[in-house]
Amino acid sequence: MKPKVAFYWCASCGGCEEAVVDLAEKVLDVTAAVDIVFWPVALDFKRKDVEAMPDGSIAAAFINGAIRTSEQEEMAHLLRRKAQVVIAFGACAQTGGVPGLANLYDRASVLAAAYRESPSTANAEGVLPQTHYPVNGEALELPVFHERVRALEQVIPVDYSIPGCPPTPKLLADAVAALLTGRLPERGAVLAPDKALCEECPRRDSKPEKLAIQQFKRPHEALIETDTCLLAQGLLCLGPATRGGCEARCIQGNMPCTGCFGATSRVRDFGAKALSAIASLTGSNDEAEILRILENIPDPAGTFYRYSLPVAPLPARRAPAAQ
Amino acid sequence: MPEASAPNGQFEAAAFEPKIVAFFCNWCTYLAADLAGTSRLRYAPNVRVVRVMCSGRVDPQFVLEAFAQGADGVLIGGCHPGDCHYQEGNYKALRRYHLLRRMLEQMGVEPERFRLEWISASEGERLRAVVNDMVEQVRALGPLNNRPAPQLLEEAVVP
Repeated sequence: MKPKVAFYWCASCGGCEEAVVDLAEKVLDVTAAVDIVFWPVALDFKRKDVEAMPDGSIAAAFINGAIRTSEQEEMAHLLRRKAQVVIAFGACAQTGGVPGLANLYDRASVLAAAYRESPSTANAEGVLPQTHYPVNGEALELPVFHERVRALEQVIPVDYSIPGCPPTPKLLADAVAALLTGRLPERGAVLAPDKALCEECPRRDSKPEKLAIQQFKRPHEALIETDTCLLAQGLLCLGPATRGGCEARCIQGNMPCTGCFGATSRVRDFGAKALSAIASLTGSNDEAEILRILENIPDPAGTFYRYSLPVAPLPARRAPAAQ
Repeated sequence: MPEASAPNGQFEAAAFEPKIVAFFCNWCTYLAADLAGTSRLRYAPNVRVVRVMCSGRVDPQFVLEAFAQGADGVLIGGCHPGDCHYQEGNYKALRRYHLLRRMLEQMGVEPERFRLEWISASEGERLRAVVNDMVEQVRALGPLNNRPAPQLLEEAVVP
């Protein structure tokens, strides 16, 4: 019997599902080797089908997306029970991802922004999602929207993670191959190379020995040369602080790294380390000049914690002090 | 000023003593603290000093970790510009400080809770003034109180 594999999505955009589809014809090799028993985005299996499976009967569950609602949390626990190996697939599951930036706001402001204040919303009565709602004598139930976004490992024990927004098809194919041959690394490992992106960057040789950035530029503010180190051109590239293994895809598309592969194993907190690496490159010793140069990084939290706020030492904007 | 911190009669406010984690560089600010000690200058006992070789050694991760583990304020002390034992370390500290301070504001940590000061080995008196001033500022702000939101725990789903 072929090993069983499940895919599930939580708070995510669907890009990680796209990574599976991007296996292209290799997906045939995967389906030849494993049975996909659950994949809501593509196959019509229901939660009750998973519930009916014996515990531990799924070889591996690939879960993408962060955890924001009670439904996502329940599904994570369910798949943890049914699967021998749980893999956090993609940046959101691994470290919270872009949805994790919502931790800079509390639950009430997130709901107000989405359902009351956004210019495209027509909601004259200001109705917010309710967990219970009666319709025609029936009680409808919606998941609870938690106060915070969490990474998967903050909810259930996770065996491995595959980084990326989204992960590359190659990393997924490698992980499936490792699963099938039983050649998995130590539990807890990140299934990607453990070195900084700069080391595998095709523009590596054009990176100056000493970078001194006079002006940080956003991609739309520069005519970006295609063969020169992006930092040397003043673009805020997080390559020095980010794990490689992505085949430098953004760099090859002439865009700076935004850090979706997260930190290497030597770093505790990606955001602080990335901030440190970039701030140190400010090309001045004069305080006023330093302030002027750093002004062009208008949103440090969104820049450096774009994918990892929920697992940071300060995982959310702190609640205002009790008065 | 204990009476000033308890206007509403709250016991917790009256009892609050700020915890400040201070990273002092080995060559200047730590020696200033030594000098303050040997000169018998009295200053607030709220500061826990960590000696580092250079203010440039203070990784922003240390600062966030200190706040996460209960510090109400973090103070970095280094050599004056041009005086760094390692030439450029204090400039690196300065660059990181300004960006980190802005990021901390986004996290809801008031800028007064994070401070970078140049204090040379001969400035024991200045060290006393800086520490006392920071302790009073943080005392006025109150505890950092960075605990998980209680709602999260209430809503936790039992598997």
